[in-house]
Amino acid sequence: MRNVWVIARREFRHYFDSPIAYAMAFFLFVVLGILFFLTVSYGVQFGDLNPDGRVVLQPMVTLLLLTTPFLTMRLISEEVNSGTIELILTAPIRDWELVVGKWLGAMGFLGLLLALTWIYPIILHRMTTPGIDQGTLLAAYLGLLLMVGAMVGIGVMISALFRNPLAAGFLTLCVILVLLVIGGLAGGSGGANEVVRYLGFGEHFYDNFYRGVIDLGDALYFVSLTVLSLFVGSVVVESKRWR
Amino acid sequence: MIRTTGLTKYYGVHPAIRGLTFEAAPHEILGFLGPNGAGKTTTMRILAGFMPPSEGRATVAGFDVVDQSLEVRRRVGYLPETVPLYPDLSVTAYLDYMGSLRHVADLDRRIEEVLDEVGLVDRSESFVGNLSKGLRQRLGLAQALLHKPQVLILDEPTIGLDPAQIIEVRRLVRELGKERTVMLSTHILSEAQALCDRVLIINRGIIVAEDTPANLQAQLAGAAHLVLRVVGGDGSLVEALERLPGVARVTKAGEEELRVETSPGHDVRARLARTVVEKGYDLLELRSAGVDLEAVFLQLTQDAVPGAQDG
Repeated sequence: MRNVWVIARREFRHYFDSPIAYAMAFFLFVVLGILFFLTVSYGVQFGDLNPDGRVVLQPMVTLLLLTTPFLTMRLISEEVNSGTIELILTAPIRDWELVVGKWLGAMGFLGLLLALTWIYPIILHRMTTPGIDQGTLLAAYLGLLLMVGAMVGIGVMISALFRNPLAAGFLTLCVILVLLVIGGLAGGSGGANEVVRYLGFGEHFYDNFYRGVIDLGDALYFVSLTVLSLFVGSVVVESKRWR
Repeated sequence: MIRTTGLTKYYGVHPAIRGLTFEAAPHEILGFLGPNGAGKTTTMRILAGFMPPSEGRATVAGFDVVDQSLEVRRRVGYLPETVPLYPDLSVTAYLDYMGSLRHVADLDRRIEEVLDEVGLVDRSESFVGNLSKGLRQRLGLAQALLHKPQVLILDEPTIGLDPAQIIEVRRLVRELGKERTVMLSTHILSEAQALCDRVLIINRGIIVAEDTPANLQAQLAGAAHLVLRVVGGDGSLVEALERLPGVARVTKAGEEELRVETSPGHDVRARLARTVVEKGYDLLELRSAGVDLEAVFLQLTQDAVPGAQDG
């Protein structure tokens, strides 16, 4: 576990050394800020300011869809591209420790960003009486964090597959997008529809966490997806040794 | 300390190395000599635990490189061919990262020691991306030394350096070889001679020669060209010399000069001199036209490779 921590720490710090992370954070907060301002000023103007933290959470899903791939795309591909993977893979660490460390580092950064977005619900809470339902908000944030975990896991896995960071980023974006919208394909009930609905993020996030319902099954879905991605990522890294 | 048997690695169907069997004793500096693409890097990557061999076995410090890869990697310091560094880190931060991955105890002090050892103390806060090639090479060495490995594997440690840096790195390697087993690869013959206790010559994935530099030199030096300056005589000298054992060819190089090509492994100077005098000539000069080791090395690695055609 110590190796995981060493790698995670390095990745976390790396985000603060690179302009892209600041650009992402800037983008996230500017867009959120504008949306928040519009909602609040509209609400104040027409006297129906809704004390709902989801005013922030709803756009955040789209924003994370757009930012996560940029944060994960270079995690492993860059090491392969620059040859530094040779140093990492000849250090006494296991392949999965590398992959999990990368995931954890990116999660640390995204977790920090998520924590900072909490400022908007706090503002909203103070502007309204009786304020925001904290339980719902917490559940929604927990769901968001679990979903981001899966997104980052997918990103790390795909980053291990490609030498080219841009290719990895684009494919990550595609996969996450598909997972976000696939639930919409399932119209009615029935076996196939159920499976398709289950596969997508929508049923697990919007139908439960987002409404303030913490369902263990949904948490398990995101955790499984994360673990599966990291497992596949580790296998991919190991397979690099054989080539 | 290092022992391989029948080490073979395929990239697809193409074999990079075939059936390499060799050993390196403790505190030995073993040179791995061969042209580019001979399989040096592949072999070193296997020994450093980067990739498993397709066939054969290798042990480092008694641990199998496949089954006990982590144990091997703990004991090996590895300098890859193109020193891969993180350009965004400072020298100290880079070593700190590498040292943390290897759980080096008392890391801060160890980093200072290593920087001192490779002569990078005054650049400890520089960004890796701003270092010159020679300094990067030294940083790569520092990284390989951090955890005081029993075995050092250095892939082309002097490639791309200027002559002063080459001398510096060679001095460093010799110093390191006193306490460790060092395996280094090079495609420069004189480097192997200057540094190594023993040399393996590898070509197209197989070992073509293995000996101490002195023996190899003796073996190869015989193939040198000799230049004779003679006067007098009746013109029968060329034929007489060509009949001598160990003489491959004699050509007239000028009015008084003869060029004698000798076969490898023969020192014919004494015999030449005697024959010249016996034939009634006066010997004015007998000199070696430069021991053309590079040429012989090329010959050894290009022609005299049994079974090279089927590769």
